[in-house]
Amino acid sequence: MKDEKKYLGVAVPRPRVGFFELSSCEGCQLQLLNNEASLLDFLGLVEIVNFREGMKEAADDYQIAFVEGSVTRADEEERLHKIRRNADLVVALGSCACFGGVNQLKNRFQDQEWVKKEVYGNHPIASQEARPLSAFIKVDLEIYGCPIKKEEVERIVTNLVLGKAVNHPKYPICMECKAKENICLFELGEPCLGPITRAGCDAWCPSNRLGCWGCRGPAPEANIAELKRIVAKRKIPLERLLDRLECFGGFAGEAGKLRLALEAAK
Amino acid sequence: MKISCEVDVRHLTRVEGHGNIRISIKNGEVKEARWEVVETPRFFEAMLVGKLYENAPYISGRICGICSIGHTLASIRAIENGFGFTPSVQTARLRLLLKHMETLQSHILHIYFLAAPDFLGVGSVLPLTQSHPEVVQQALRLKMLANDLCDEVGGRRLHPTRTVVGGFTMLPEKYTLGQFRQRLVASLADLAASAALFASFTLPDFSRETEFVSLRQEGAYPFIGGNLLSTDGVLKKEHEYRAMTNEYMADYSTSKLSRLSRKSLAVGALARINNNFAYLRPKAAAIAGDLGLRPISHNPFMNTIAQLVECVHVVEESIVLIDELLAADWQEPRQLVQPRAGIGVGAVEVPRGILYHCLHLDGDGRIEKADCVIPTSQNHANIYHDIEDLALFCAEQGKSDMEIEHLAEMLVRAYDPCISCSVH
Ligand code: SF4
Ligand code: SF4
Ligand code: SF4
Repeated sequence: MKDEKKYLGVAVPRPRVGFFELSSCEGCQLQLLNNEASLLDFLGLVEIVNFREGMKEAADDYQIAFVEGSVTRADEEERLHKIRRNADLVVALGSCACFGGVNQLKNRFQDQEWVKKEVYGNHPIASQEARPLSAFIKVDLEIYGCPIKKEEVERIVTNLVLGKAVNHPKYPICMECKAKENICLFELGEPCLGPITRAGCDAWCPSNRLGCWGCRGPAPEANIAELKRIVAKRKIPLERLLDRLECFGGFAGEAGKLRLALEAAK
Repeated sequence: MKISCEVDVRHLTRVEGHGNIRISIKNGEVKEARWEVVETPRFFEAMLVGKLYENAPYISGRICGICSIGHTLASIRAIENGFGFTPSVQTARLRLLLKHMETLQSHILHIYFLAAPDFLGVGSVLPLTQSHPEVVQQALRLKMLANDLCDEVGGRRLHPTRTVVGGFTMLPEKYTLGQFRQRLVASLADLAASAALFASFTLPDFSRETEFVSLRQEGAYPFIGGNLLSTDGVLKKEHEYRAMTNEYMADYSTSKLSRLSRKSLAVGALARINNNFAYLRPKAAAIAGDLGLRPISHNPFMNTIAQLVECVHVVEESIVLIDELLAADWQEPRQLVQPRAGIGVGAVEVPRGILYHCLHLDGDGRIEKADCVIPTSQNHANIYHDIEDLALFCAEQGKSDMEIEHLAEMLVRAYDPCISCSVH
């Protein structure tokens, strides 16, 4: 499958790509397969040389590596370093890879031994605090979301292949949500991280009448003070704000402060 | 007679998650035959401790990307059972419709993308886009239908947004449901073509007597809630799940393992059909007959066939569900729930077998303890023992290393293991 692809009549090289997963639900990789209507076009854009979940063949000479999941064990650290050595470009795919994702929810416990005992009793099990890829290697590009939005990934991959710059929105979800004329969740008494979360998902959750849980991490233009003011005005318990802030790791700093404040107030 | 063989597959491909196969045969004697699970655990049960109940379905759905809807629904059911809340008829219908579409998309993914390449002698679905374009198109059409309907009912095909304790945040459009009904009817032709394709494959002729375990409901093929039934005659209530899953640990696996009446048990599509054959919808039952699937089948390779039969069943039943939804007026999407202290258990038949979520809740609805029992964990020990028997079977037949490796890989894939789920 070495045939050339053309864009505006000009031949473009098909980069050799690999997909890899560390600790994850594999949902972000699945999202790529989930785009049935354009899947075959997408597959024509790149040459997949390593995709354990989908194919038997595996090669190490990939140019772009998409890595899903967070690091939670020493052997994953090693695999990640090896991927970095092999690839020209490493892309963190999804919130687990970008921020630690839901996996980092276990990090909030002081006693990590308790965490292991709670699940495995006295059976010894190797695990460390969940960390994003950037804690270990240089990451060239981050694709946010839990899960990633397939349209966004296809756009980003197309730009990568064509050598165009990849820009993430700087504004928050609220902008997308208002453009869609949704009912604001705060009006319904539900908390929403839309005012501080990075746009790009087209206000996925608020458009389905669920408050944003902040899976894409902070918008560069986030206004957390404003959010706290709305939450207080609507009398939404701060615990519910904390649940959302600490869910995916993108707001780890803010969440840590709020958790300490709430625990001190108890 | 085959003398010796060494098979060592690290990180088996075309399965969800990480597992290894090792087989060593010396002078016709099986020295070692193992199925090892090396996935990293993520500790979901600990993560939930101290959280308000509304977090549970949202977080536990992320145990698995393929069956996130099943996890979300099991978690919701556990909480609603704990609070003593019964969902409305409308909510029950919508949840079952959503569940059916997850079953369809997951089964199609396995049947075509993971299992079919073995029968067609290729390493992945990619070469099939050239050699069998019509097969790939059928698969994509079916998967797209299932995923689109998941979006419409659950808000999102993976990690759904509309599914909450008490019901849904939003309802689908009736007009759109009507359009989906037409697509469902049309999809039966694609499924019939799939059945014809699989009828042309030769399945390995291998059987091992197994205890099959599934849910059982009064008068219906089970998906959400029910008692547990085994082909060895065990019957248990939903809340008695600990008695039957009996999770234990072994050195070769980071997943917990299960047993019931014997050293291992099997759950999943084949187990469901073995236990509930009489409740299959008519077209599904007819296709089962065409494909030679009759209860009780002890051939683990038949699981893929059982999944195909279930695809037909869920499509037939979804058409009925849509008719019922369209015939009734919309009620409020979501009912109020009142937290109360208690232990709630939710059982759901997900694509790979029975899934249990159990939550201990305090009077404010905070989680004190969580337990999730995953179907693939229930299957691991059975896969392990199947591989032992398969190695022996191969040794006796004098098969080559390549053939043994291929058969062992196919065997594990037939269970459609969801390994990251099992080590959650
Ligand atoms: S970011 Fe979310 S969807 Fe993606 S792998 Fe992690 S848990 Fe799964
Ligand atoms: S629902 Fe959320 S995202 Fe939408 S406007 Fe309100 S706060 Fe912003
Ligand atoms: S609305 Fe928020 S939680 Fe939902 S997908 Fe977008 S960023 Fe993630």
